[in-house]
Amino acid sequence: MTARICDGYDEAVAGTADGSTVLVGGFGMAGMPVDLIDALIRQGAADLTIVSNNAGNGDTGLAALLATGRVRKVICSFPRQADSWVFDDLYRSGRIELEVVPQGNLAERMRAAGAGIGAFYSPTAVGTPLAEGKEVREIDGRTYLLEYPIHGDLALIKAHTADRMGNLVYRRTARNFGPVMATAARTVAVQVDRVVETGALDPENVITPGIYVDRVVAAEQERAA
Amino acid sequence: MIGRIRDKNDIAAAIARDITAEHPDGAYVNLGIGQPTLVADHLPDDSGVVLHTENGMLNMGPAAHGDEVDPDLVNAGKVPVTELPGAAYFHHADSFAMMRGGHLDVCVLGAFQVSTAGDLANWHTGAPDAIPAVGGAMDLAIGAKRVWVMMTLFDKQGAPKLVPECTYPLTGLGCVERVYTDLGTFAVGPGGLQVLEVHGIDPDELARRLGLLDAVGERRT
Repeated sequence: MTARICDGYDEAVAGTADGSTVLVGGFGMAGMPVDLIDALIRQGAADLTIVSNNAGNGDTGLAALLATGRVRKVICSFPRQADSWVFDDLYRSGRIELEVVPQGNLAERMRAAGAGIGAFYSPTAVGTPLAEGKEVREIDGRTYLLEYPIHGDLALIKAHTADRMGNLVYRRTARNFGPVMATAARTVAVQVDRVVETGALDPENVITPGIYVDRVVAAEQERAA
Repeated sequence: MIGRIRDKNDIAAAIARDITAEHPDGAYVNLGIGQPTLVADHLPDDSGVVLHTENGMLNMGPAAHGDEVDPDLVNAGKVPVTELPGAAYFHHADSFAMMRGGHLDVCVLGAFQVSTAGDLANWHTGAPDAIPAVGGAMDLAIGAKRVWVMMTLFDKQGAPKLVPECTYPLTGLGCVERVYTDLGTFAVGPGGLQVLEVHGIDPDELARRLGLLDAVGERRT
């Protein structure tokens, strides 16, 4: 099935089930798919597990979703920031679960999910508290931990430009987790600044091929609708 | 050398000096968030050093000001930055493959504690009410070819941060090669502690305050 160009953000997140695991792109606010997150808040799915680098900044985007109380668990590398008060309050009052994953393992676990890898050995976190409960193996004199893939039911991503096939181009460091998350979820929804006609993107410059992308919403189109 | 105690800019200058001197053909370097970012200010333009940022960029430029600020272009601390000619962008899995795969020459990190064997503790104080946040610290600690630490030698209560064994939760085992502080520069690792430079304090007094008299005394002469 090729990508569908949606009429609006709500269409892009329609059908999200309670209990879903949602991969949310962005590094802080760079690449954060704020409009898709707002649509997910309107859609109302609850009991969610969110996988993202951070756990929300300020009161918008991911922080706004957490504030609805519909997130059961956050899997992230860096929840605590100067402006993560929404998460901090939920965590300290025991209303949200947290799994802290080193940032490289977080990316690689989603990469593995998207690439059909059953598990992999990583040297990151050996000898630390985050190694607890993980299988340890020595390979060629170095110690590794067994890490499992993270699959998403839904990925919410922000890219810069899409064509009608769903091929994506990102912008600067807003790329971050987008290309990896796009491979790792059953349904991939992308918000872009604009959609161009098929053939308008230089194939040499496509970062996420459309095979990974299911639903696309353009900011310009949304405003016109 | 005794002289005066180093401030954070002096420490950053010493790190920049050593990166340049020990990598005359240039180096790929990651500077941790916080004080290590000061090292960039002391690298000569012709040093050949290329800065890597974990959120997917090589050849990162200085902080952005005014019209240069672009929300899509930030560093690991989410501070707006600029790009230099020859910059490259890549996604997170590639960025951390660069670390883990041993492609970065030097990484400079802050620390709560470093052990004489080179163990690093810099992500979690272990306090019961603290919210754990690791970011890329554990991947950097075990990934870069050389991991250097920039910190004050003593904490605000006067306790040494260079210790026989870390009491804070670890970030990585035996990964630190060198520690740059206000009072001196130290080599750490499997061979134990070696004092490379002392600043603003008598070496015997330093050894006494560190509580590592044997280790410091033995290697100093």
